[in-house]
Amino acid sequence: MASRIIWHIVKFIVLMFAVSIVAFVLVSISPIDPVQANVGQTAYLNMSEAKRAQLADYWGVGTPIWERYGHWLISAIQGDFGMSLRYNAPVTSVIATRFANSAALMAVAWTISGVLGFVFGVVAGLFKGRWPDRIIKGYCFLLASTPTFWLALVFLTLFAVWLGWFPLGFSVPIGAASQDVTFWDALHHVALPALTLSVVGVANVALHTREKTIDVLQSDYVRFARARGESSLGALLHHGLRNLALPALTLQFASISEIFGGSVLVEQVFSYPGLGQAAVTAGLGGDVALLVGIALISAALVFGGNLLANVLYGVIDPRIRRGQSYG
Amino acid sequence: MVDEILHQPRRRVLNNRTQTAVTLVVSLVLLLAVVVGGRLLFSVAQQTDFTAKNLAPSLQHLFGTDWMGRDMLSRSLAGLSTSVLVGLLAAGASAILALVLGAAAALGGKRVDTAITWLIDLMLGIPHIVLLILISFAIGKGFWGVTIGVALTHWPNLARVIRAEILQCREATFVAYARKLGKSPVRIALDHMLPYVFPQFLVGLVLLFPHAILHEAAITFLGFGLPPEQPAIGIILSESMSYLSVGMWWLALFPGIALIITVLLFDRAGSNLRKLIDPHRSQE
Repeated sequence: MASRIIWHIVKFIVLMFAVSIVAFVLVSISPIDPVQANVGQTAYLNMSEAKRAQLADYWGVGTPIWERYGHWLISAIQGDFGMSLRYNAPVTSVIATRFANSAALMAVAWTISGVLGFVFGVVAGLFKGRWPDRIIKGYCFLLASTPTFWLALVFLTLFAVWLGWFPLGFSVPIGAASQDVTFWDALHHVALPALTLSVVGVANVALHTREKTIDVLQSDYVRFARARGESSLGALLHHGLRNLALPALTLQFASISEIFGGSVLVEQVFSYPGLGQAAVTAGLGGDVALLVGIALISAALVFGGNLLANVLYGVIDPRIRRGQSYG
Repeated sequence: MVDEILHQPRRRVLNNRTQTAVTLVVSLVLLLAVVVGGRLLFSVAQQTDFTAKNLAPSLQHLFGTDWMGRDMLSRSLAGLSTSVLVGLLAAGASAILALVLGAAAALGGKRVDTAITWLIDLMLGIPHIVLLILISFAIGKGFWGVTIGVALTHWPNLARVIRAEILQCREATFVAYARKLGKSPVRIALDHMLPYVFPQFLVGLVLLFPHAILHEAAITFLGFGLPPEQPAIGIILSESMSYLSVGMWWLALFPGIALIITVLLFDRAGSNLRKLIDPHRSQE
């Protein structure tokens, strides 16, 4: 057990190293001049040479990449991930506030899409070949081809502009002081982005669970249960559910990467101040430190998801708990 | 009488295989039409007409017009043709990368295998969009930024498949025979293994297109992709954001539907191709 934990920790550290190097190198070879990208064309032309040099210094132009990486790494190990030049605040605090917003959005979407996808999959499997199956399958295939941000735009037009049920964007009412924001307000603002993300996330789990349900319904133990007089649904609920839940859960944990990707797009459409929106701002503005920080935290999220899936696998499946077949 | 007709089994005019082939050809022809049409409409798509701006969809402008009086239908088609081109380039490059790396992992010995498997895990460990943002930023946005970004992010899954296939193939009797007959490893790879993985490769390639196109649109939408003066679906949709709140819904709705149809066509083509050339699925 202990060696397994140490192994995971080593893997995590190596991953973080690799991601930080990749992110740093990629950001550093960019031909985009951070000074020009941030002050705008007209201001740049009207600026004095000295001012330009000062700004170039501020954005770290001219320092060699390994030197910068070395500095960054040394302070990163001490918990200081540098200053976000765009937000003019430490990267850790920018990420912390943004992460709270994103986490709320992603958690809601992740749960809804998982549960909904599972139910859809079981229903489709039970009614294989009949109309509920066809509708669910069609829905899943259609969604796999739908761009997330377009769906977000359509929902925005439909529910926020036309029907006016939800606000147009942001995570809190505009102009409200932070202590006046109620839980209901936050929920009201997160609802539409979360709905978009969940609708998109259903397809994967549903299709997978459908296949599994069909397999389980043909298995010997379900046949035996049916022979004892249980209904198809009863047999599935009493005997098949655990077998179905396992792969669905793994799949759902593995899809954290996709949900994060979707949240970047959805946050952009709804102007929701989360990590994704910060990533876009950082990328467009050449904010190296923040971009690296976001790459790190997103990789850590994906890693955590996969790890959690492994652990939960052991909790749900007694075979794995006793054996050592995971790793 | 009506009852009898309704309960008759549906008569099959074409057998399954022919049907599949026809669907494949039809989707490919439609896609070609989109590309050619879009290319031809490029100049029309950039034409502004300030006497006909902000028009809702009508017979004259099926998709409506935007705030500069550009016809949204031709803009969408031109944008789609760019998307399809980016998709073709990126998916092609990505698939070749996957083939090379997958083969290297399977044939290059334990160390190479470990290195490539680790690289695959690393690529899958960072969300696609974040990696895409990083890569397009590194290359300086624009057409090549997106294309290279999409090409560099989409190979891991296919590389895994190809690695597994080749590992399986390496154990096959016909490869053992060839080895005993004294064929060189390179000849074996080219004569026996390449044909073995080729169907998987081709299908993987075609199924990469939808992903490539969707990601191109997404990254352009975020502002990292194609420049704003070029007609592209991502650009159209991101510009439409400023006009949605005043009720110009057609700016977003129709270009998006056109994109979905294009992606679906590619998807159809891919899965039909798979049914035709993959022996395990030929009975479906």
